[in-house]
Amino acid sequence: MTENERAARKKKIAHVFMWIILLILFICFIFPFILVVINVFKTKGDITANPLSLIGAHGFTLENFPEAMKKMNFLTVFGNSLIITVCSTILTIVLSSMTAFVIVRNGRWKLCTLIFSLMIASMVIPFQVLMVPIVSVYGGILNSRITLILMHVGFSMSMAVFMFHGAIKTNIPLELEEAATIDGCNRWQTYWRVVFPLLKPTIATVGIINAMAYWNDYLLPSLVLKKKDLYTIPIATQAFYGTYSTDIGLIMAALLLAMLPILILYVFLQRFIVEGVTSGAVKG
Amino acid sequence: MFGGPGTALFLAVVIVPFVYGLYLTLTSWDGVSATKPFVGLQNFIEAFSDGDYWAAMGRTVIYSIFAVVLINIVSFALAYLVTQGIKGQNFFRAGFFVPNLIGGIVLGYVWKFVFNRAFVAIFSSTSLLATTEGAMFCLILVSVWQYAGYMMLIYVAGFMSVSKDVQEASRIDGCTSSQAMRNVTIPLMRSSFVQCIFLSITRCFVVYDVNLSLTNGAPYSSSVMAAMHVYNQAFTYKNYGLGQAEAVILFAVCAIVGVTQVLIGKRGEVEA
Repeated sequence: MTENERAARKKKIAHVFMWIILLILFICFIFPFILVVINVFKTKGDITANPLSLIGAHGFTLENFPEAMKKMNFLTVFGNSLIITVCSTILTIVLSSMTAFVIVRNGRWKLCTLIFSLMIASMVIPFQVLMVPIVSVYGGILNSRITLILMHVGFSMSMAVFMFHGAIKTNIPLELEEAATIDGCNRWQTYWRVVFPLLKPTIATVGIINAMAYWNDYLLPSLVLKKKDLYTIPIATQAFYGTYSTDIGLIMAALLLAMLPILILYVFLQRFIVEGVTSGAVKG
Repeated sequence: MFGGPGTALFLAVVIVPFVYGLYLTLTSWDGVSATKPFVGLQNFIEAFSDGDYWAAMGRTVIYSIFAVVLINIVSFALAYLVTQGIKGQNFFRAGFFVPNLIGGIVLGYVWKFVFNRAFVAIFSSTSLLATTEGAMFCLILVSVWQYAGYMMLIYVAGFMSVSKDVQEASRIDGCTSSQAMRNVTIPLMRSSFVQCIFLSITRCFVVYDVNLSLTNGAPYSSSVMAAMHVYNQAFTYKNYGLGQAEAVILFAVCAIVGVTQVLIGKRGEVEA
């Protein structure tokens, strides 16, 4: 055996070894999800008797789903989450990219610099500091989806503007806009026809990060939405757990329902989500 | 005009409440009445002598230290393993990231089931969540599990940014692979470390969702973290002024720790 062959073999063994470690870690990581999935098809009694068995003594059951869906009002709740997430994400992208555009192209204005520095500084403020004054200032317009959407947008503004600011500054040459102006575009057209389409990668990143945050947010929606028919998935899950915590079969179904939409989306958009989150995290 | 709506929203929900919040700390507002009696620094004096608050703060610090260290060790190890060119590494990367997709509330309930039912069945013992140390351990475990995949992605990007040339050069110069890792790769990845540690500190300090759903402060309020204490102080006990003062202190501590860490970390950054 030559030196090279031996090295190659050593590497291969190391790889197999690492692969096994990864597999074990992977199973540990998804273990809680597996448990939910195997228990969701069992009756309440079977789960209590043995939460680890694959199939309960009373066999396979689908009963938990329709009941949990009905009691959690799942379709309404899912719709609420969807409307709020989609509207907030679109608004965030549109408004923050326009704001960033203004800030980059008017870098000499004192006002722009001031607002941009305020945004950067505000990124370290945790939500806990703002929740009491928010409730106190906007107490009159709570219980409305529009309020929540506008608040979501306002909170993600600083981070999104920061990311678009970087993208516009480095990727969009001023000459391009000048060319568009000469060709007869006004500012609005220049922005929508030339600048915005070139920002696609950043739009994807900002969209993914914020959509995930909106979908999963609990604290802000729980303060804004107090009416039951406005609940989003996280609030509904919490309320449901509070009411039916002893009916473990129903809880399993509710938890699985709460996780399912985003997991299904992840299967299809996995590459984009991982890339979006990575570039968002590294730039931010 | 163009940037108007975005800026207006930002000012309306971040800056105005922040400034107004500072004013609220000087009042003893109960959340209902129209008048907000001005009490000066009374709330801060009360906050500093609020034993429960400082107990929660102490717990948060201990929790954060353990969680931050473990999150970074685990995620660095994961990132190392999934950048070795092993078969299916993209699949593993995607899998480790899954907990980040799901909100803290749902994750907390899933783990509550695991701790209360499955682990009890496996080890035939009482639930870990029933004891003070156990509840803390559970919170740390869940947080590590929740954030490791996210931090892993940042470390993966760090590993990718260290060029192959430098690593090969170090091998030719006679480094073993562990020496190359310690003396070449890790110093070059310093910015990834600074960022991951900053992110994990700022997240752990204001942990709320998982705390609420997993332990809800039980047993006997022994797992109430600072953020939950602030929430309860304001919204449950209706001491809005005091709650806000405690939130501001939490923010100050968190900002000081985070910024110090970044400044120390940045100082030693090197380039290839």
